[in-house]
Amino acid sequence: MRPFDYIRAEAQSDATRAGAEGATIIAGGTNLLDLMKLEVMAPDKVVDITRLDLGEIGEARDGGLRIGALVTNSDLAADMRVRKNYPALSSALLAGASGQLRNKATTGGNLLQRTRCYYFYDTDQPCNKRAPGSGCGAIGGASRLHAILGVSENCIASHPSDMAVAMRMLGASVEIESEDGETRVVDLAEFYVLPGEDPSVETVLKPGDLITHVILPAPRAGRQTYRKVRDRASYAFAMVSVAGRVSVQDGRITEAALAFGGIGSQPWRDGHVEEMLVGEEPSTALFAKAADALLADAVTQDGNAFKVPLTKRTLIATLKDLTAEIAQ
Amino acid sequence: MKTTLTVNGTTHEVEADTRTSLLDALRNHLDLTGSKKGCDHGQCGACTVIVNGRRINSCLTLACMHDGDEITTIEGIGTAEQLSEMQANFVKHDGYQCGYCTPGQICSATAMLDEAKAGWPSNVSGDLTGTIDLTDDEIAERMSGNICRCAAYPNIVDAIRETAEGRK
Repeated sequence: MRPFDYIRAEAQSDATRAGAEGATIIAGGTNLLDLMKLEVMAPDKVVDITRLDLGEIGEARDGGLRIGALVTNSDLAADMRVRKNYPALSSALLAGASGQLRNKATTGGNLLQRTRCYYFYDTDQPCNKRAPGSGCGAIGGASRLHAILGVSENCIASHPSDMAVAMRMLGASVEIESEDGETRVVDLAEFYVLPGEDPSVETVLKPGDLITHVILPAPRAGRQTYRKVRDRASYAFAMVSVAGRVSVQDGRITEAALAFGGIGSQPWRDGHVEEMLVGEEPSTALFAKAADALLADAVTQDGNAFKVPLTKRTLIATLKDLTAEIAQ
Repeated sequence: MKTTLTVNGTTHEVEADTRTSLLDALRNHLDLTGSKKGCDHGQCGACTVIVNGRRINSCLTLACMHDGDEITTIEGIGTAEQLSEMQANFVKHDGYQCGYCTPGQICSATAMLDEAKAGWPSNVSGDLTGTIDLTDDEIAERMSGNICRCAAYPNIVDAIRETAEGRK
């Protein structure tokens, strides 16, 4: 690991000021320190925000929740309000990482975790995300973990988070404080940016910005789930995951929200797919048509083409679960 | 950089480079070598310690971030003369072969029982709001952050199950 100066923020303004001056923010550190050991990231200055008062889950004005950026993945998953009203979020958190990592990993850090693309992690390999302009080793290389939606000719890295997929489905937004002390709220739909020309830019955050909270809107009707398909039963990243909420009345779907992990360059949501479902009677044929629409623009490699049929089957299975009659 | 760590009830001042992980501070500065360095990347769990009541990977956190924290390592869980219940059950069920992962397994399992007692669900809990029954599947899922390269898993699960049942 390269040497760095350590600053402990006592106030949010310490963090935003240090960030504006080029410091990298550390909270749980479970991803950042891993990357620093490998020298994929080599900050000169690190600002520790763990002493800031951002560890509470409060009620939002509209009946939703306002989650402090430092709330750990464990505490968020175990919060009874989340378990009851946002079960897809609890399930997504519990499907991610290990018990030890969830005890350290934070809400803000989880949103900002970096891809697990092998080429990003290996400093001997080309990677436009790590070293812009050096090329992409994954295109034409090993691509099992990689994205098929929202990719560019410069990068096919997938976003690794489970939590963010559930939050995207739930319509979450991110509260950000900037260096000038102003607070802005960005919908998670606008928070991540596509890889495009410069895959090293992943979010709309600017130097000096500090994620302070994630806001969940008031709970909505319908059944929720998080379904994750991976190479082993626990402690593995998603090949494909689906966070879903579906409401059915009088035999017809009245509301549908779906977000996908493992297949997108960011937590993926496609409103068109949801619109196809609303007003319709649940059926395998309908679900298959929705999956085909989702995947129509998929760009695949030899190593990840399996994700097209896998996503289709996973989405159909998820929608069947969400619309099946259950004995009360 | 100077950091105050309370480890197994004893307060220490550690003077270390900012890069020092909590694991390296414990092993190299405090000579507490029970916590093991396996992968050094949070993947194997051999370095698991309990910080302020929560199990974490000590390799993936900086010592200087833990100023003032209370840390329990395997040396604080029990001694050769006075084993903790979890340790005694690992011996009874032969929950290891080479033993390298064992301190991490025991720290992890000890804290995991508290998580289950607090009602935390897991990825295999059928009901997110129901009571927790520590079945073998539950134990395996909750312990997935601890790798045993000798694959003593069935005996590890037996040891943890017996400890959990003893606490009921």
